[in-house]
Formats: sequence, C-alpha cells, structure tokens
Amino acid sequence: MNEPILTIKDLKVNYGGIEAVKGISFDVTEGQIVTLIGANGAGKSSTLRAIAGLVKPASGKIVFRGDDITGSDTNEIVRKGITLVPEGRRIFPDLTVLENLRVGAYLRNDDITEDINWVYDLFPRLRERSWQAGGTLSGGEQQMLAVGRALMSRPKLIMMDEPSLGLAPLVVKGIFDIIKEINKQGVTVLLIEQNANMALKTADIGYVLETGKITLTGTGHELLTNEAVKRAYLGE
Amino acid sequence: MELRKNKRKDSLYTVIALIAMFAVLLVMELTMKSTSILFTVLKKGVIYALVAVSMNLLNGFTGLFSLGQAGFMLIGAYTYAILSMPVSVKLSESVYKYYDCAIGFDLGILPSLLLAGIIAAIFAALIGLPVLRLKSDYLAIATLGFAEILRAFFQWDAMGPVTNGANVLRQYRDLTKVTIPFTDIPFPPTLFCFLVSGICIAIIVLLINSSYGRAFKAIRDDEIAAEAMGINLFKHKELSFVISSFFAGISGAMLAMFQYTVQAAQFKTAMTYEILLIVVIGGIGSITGSCIASFLFIACNEWWLRFLDESSNNILGLNILRSGFRKVVFSIIIMIIVLFFSKGIMGEREFSWNGIRAFLHDPFGLKAKRLKKEAKAGEVNGK
Repeated sequence: MNEPILTIKDLKVNYGGIEAVKGISFDVTEGQIVTLIGANGAGKSSTLRAIAGLVKPASGKIVFRGDDITGSDTNEIVRKGITLVPEGRRIFPDLTVLENLRVGAYLRNDDITEDINWVYDLFPRLRERSWQAGGTLSGGEQQMLAVGRALMSRPKLIMMDEPSLGLAPLVVKGIFDIIKEINKQGVTVLLIEQNANMALKTADIGYVLETGKITLTGTGHELLTNEAVKRAYLGE
Repeated sequence: MELRKNKRKDSLYTVIALIAMFAVLLVMELTMKSTSILFTVLKKGVIYALVAVSMNLLNGFTGLFSLGQAGFMLIGAYTYAILSMPVSVKLSESVYKYYDCAIGFDLGILPSLLLAGIIAAIFAALIGLPVLRLKSDYLAIATLGFAEILRAFFQWDAMGPVTNGANVLRQYRDLTKVTIPFTDIPFPPTLFCFLVSGICIAIIVLLINSSYGRAFKAIRDDEIAAEAMGINLFKHKELSFVISSFFAGISGAMLAMFQYTVQAAQFKTAMTYEILLIVVIGGIGSITGSCIASFLFIACNEWWLRFLDESSNNILGLNILRSGFRKVVFSIIIMIIVLFFSKGIMGEREFSWNGIRAFLHDPFGLKAKRLKKEAKAGEVNGK
C-alpha cells in the first residue's frame, strides 16, 4: 500500500458565516483515482477550492507530501504539484489552444516543448486546433484543453471539478478514458462528480459527501453496490 | 517550414517599412516648413499613440478598466518640466513668480524623460495597492478619483515651491532644444517624437508577446482560471498598472515638450476620455488599432475638420458653419464608427503582412463573396 500523497484533517470552509464544509477528513493515496461524490451543495467544490488555495479554510489541516499547505497561496500550491481543473472548464477564450497550454506552464522556467507534445499526444484533437482561439472549441474539446492546460504544470496531483458537466455521454466516456490514461502515467487524480456512476466505475476509492460531512467511504466497487448510494445517487 | 520562412520575411518587411518611414519623416522635416500643420498632427498623434497603447495594455490586454491615464500624464509632464528647467530660469522670477523654487538642479532631456516615467510609475505603484483590489466599474471610478486628486495636489498652494502651484510652467527644455548627441545641431523634432514613442511602443509589444503578456491576457479572459494556473493576480495587475503608467508618464513628458508650456488644469478627465475614445475606436486589444486611431483622431480634431469652424466657408446663405460646429460633426463621425465598427477599426486584430497580402489578393472580400455566391448557385442548380 502506498503512502497518502494528500491528507485532509478536519477541514472546515466557511463562506461569510455559512459553513460549506463541516470538518471532513480523508486521504488520497499516491497513484490512485479518488472521487468525492455528493449532491449539489454538499461541499465538494469548496473542498477542492480550499486544497487549491482559492479559498482559505476556516480550520483544519491540508498536508501534501509531508508539507503543510493549509492556507498557502495558489501559486505556491501549483508549484508544489497540485493543479485544479476548474468547474465549467474556464479555458481562456481569446487565447489560442497553444497559448492556453503555455499559460498552464506559467510557473515553470524549463523547456516545455516535450510537455506540449505529451498533451497533444493525449489529445490529438488539440494538436489540430493548435492555432484556434480557445473559445471556438466545442464543449468536449474545451474540457480536453482544460485538462491539458492543468497537466502542463506537471502536477503530482490533478484535481478535477465535474469534468463531465454539460457534455454528451459519449464525450464523457472519452474524458474518463483520458483520466484513466493520465493516472496510468503516474498522476494521482482527485475527482469530484455528480455523475456518480461514471466516477465510481473509474475510481479506486470513493467518498460520499453529504451537507459538508463524509458519510460513506469505500472502494469504487463497494460504493457502486451500496444500497444507500444506489438509492441516492444512481437512481435505482 | 513555409510558415517560419514567411515569418522571417515578414520581420524583414517590417524593419524595411520602419526604416522607410523614418527616412521619409527625415526628408520631410528637412525640406518642408517646420510650422506646417502636418508636423503638429504627426507629433501630437504619435504622443497620443503612446499613451493610447499604454492604456490599451491595461484595458485591452489585462482587462483592468482604468481611467487614470491623464493623472499619470500630468505627473510625467510636471516631472519633466521641473527637472529639465535650467537652474537659471528656476532662480529668476520669470516662471516661479510667487514661490521660491525648491529644486536646485536641472537635468538633460533624456534623464528627465526617463525620470518622468519612473515617478509616474512610483505613484502608480502606491495608488495600485488599494485600488487594484477593486474590479470593473469600481476600479474605473477609483482611478478617475485618484487622477483628479493628483491634479488638485499638483495645483495645491503648499506644493508651490515645486510645482509653481496653479501657475503655468515654461522655459524648460522643449522639443526645439533637442540636439544631435555631442553637437549643437537641432534634432528634427517630429523624428524625435517618433523615435521615443516608437521605442516605447516596441517595448510594450515585446512585453505583450512575452510570458508576462500571456499572463495578462489570461487574467483578462478569466481571473479564476488564471489564479488556478498559479498566476498571482495582484502581482500581475500591479505590474501591468505600473508599466502602463510609466509609459503614460513618458507620453505626458513628451506632450510637455511639444506644447512649450504645462499647466495642471489641462489634464482633466476629458483628456482620459479622449484617450479612451482612441482606444475604443482603434479596437480594444489592438496595438496597431490604437496607433491608427490616434493619428485619425488628432488629424480630425486639429486639422481636417477645422474648416467647419470658419463662418466664412458658409455657402447657400445658411449659417451652419460657426466655431464649435466641428465638434458636432466629430461627434457624429464617432457615433457612426461606434455603430458600424462596434469592435473598433481593427477589432482585436493587429496589422500583419499576411493581412496585406490577403487584401491585395482580394480587396474588400469581393472575390470571396462571388465565390460564395457561385457555390450557392451551383448548389441550387445541383438540386
């Protein structure tokens, strides 16, 4: 069993008095795909935003590879090896595909041509569209670009906030295949999804989040067959 | 491969075009009367082009809607005028009539120009600390407010020993005092303005095409995503603001050189709006657009539309033409531009040799239109 790459201890996140995350603890093991599932407002996005440093946690501890990164600035966290693929893709619409990728590698000073080729090999569609403005891509292509852009910082841990949002089922399947491929190449993945079925099929470990608390833990397969999960998230 | 070859050829063309432009300017200045309105328009146009490009860096490339440009031009103009004014003038009562000038030294033209930019940049850095935490309209209001405060501050009686209060500054080193290095031969003034502005605009273009420029554009496109990529939002906004103000300061200093006199009252909000107008007409996010629009704006304002102000030009017994009518026509032209070119003359595009090639191949898109029509007709026939 590998060491945990990321440890969350009793994390609380507030938005002006409203407690979005009410003290959750979980581990992400190196080399695995871990998923947080839950309904709207369960605190999934807030958890990711706190890990990425986009919001400051009210209390609790976030430890990444032995370093306490609680409350650090986002640029330090990216430099340490965590990137976030934000919800709704949020690519830069007026920059070209290539420029989008270059911005993803903004904090790096070394040569990035190899990594651009790596991303283009993962997503051949992006290579074809290299000189096109990001905003002219289709939804699925934009999601590929958002993932590719996040990979450009060469993260140890990539966090994805609802990558399947608003995409056709076939495209979603493609995205999840890519997630598995990225994971195979050594990047740990922390995935949050409303599409619980897809997420649990892909993930090694799953956590179920309800109103700011973790209520269930198990392997992807265990949760898929769990009666409570089936009823609440899989619609069976 | 083909692309790279073309790129090389294009940069060669650009260099040749620039050299040709400077050569033509030099010949014109040596042969034509220096008081010609053409030179006035060219000088003021290129000075406004610099400040418009600096505003575009902020508004068009970083997405910060700031309206403080006139304030930073004011700092530049005053810094330049005060520093470059010879000590003998400062001691005599010809300029500082009511105050004893507190600045006991003077500097040459280039150091004064550089310091004009640097002082403007320092003020910008200080103002940026509180102001850049605001967004969109709020940022515009705050920067506008600071520009007005600056104007009041420079006119303040207690500042008199430095700024001469609300009184005019003159007899500093203006454009006629520029000489060819190590000689006393006067440097062609229009060429000087083009050289300084050209170098500054080139630096801004290099910046925009660097990784910093990409980060600015990323912030403009999506702040949250830019932050998630590890771009420090505040640091980059501050950087863009300071650099933009530096060049606004230099442009203010050149305006002072061009005008022979400087008074704080001139740098009103209306001036910022003029610059904003140039940026919008040229295309927000287009450097070449800002430059073209700046010359058009100044030429219309100072030259081409002047005849509308002369009541002696009236024909048919209608007394429409009178002083001020120029502004009416000018406003109508601007409205037409905004209505029909809602993204400005250039939109977000830049001048490129490829664009010229495409234009020469197919001016006004007529050929493309015809081809489209034919294709459509063929389709109908096919059915």
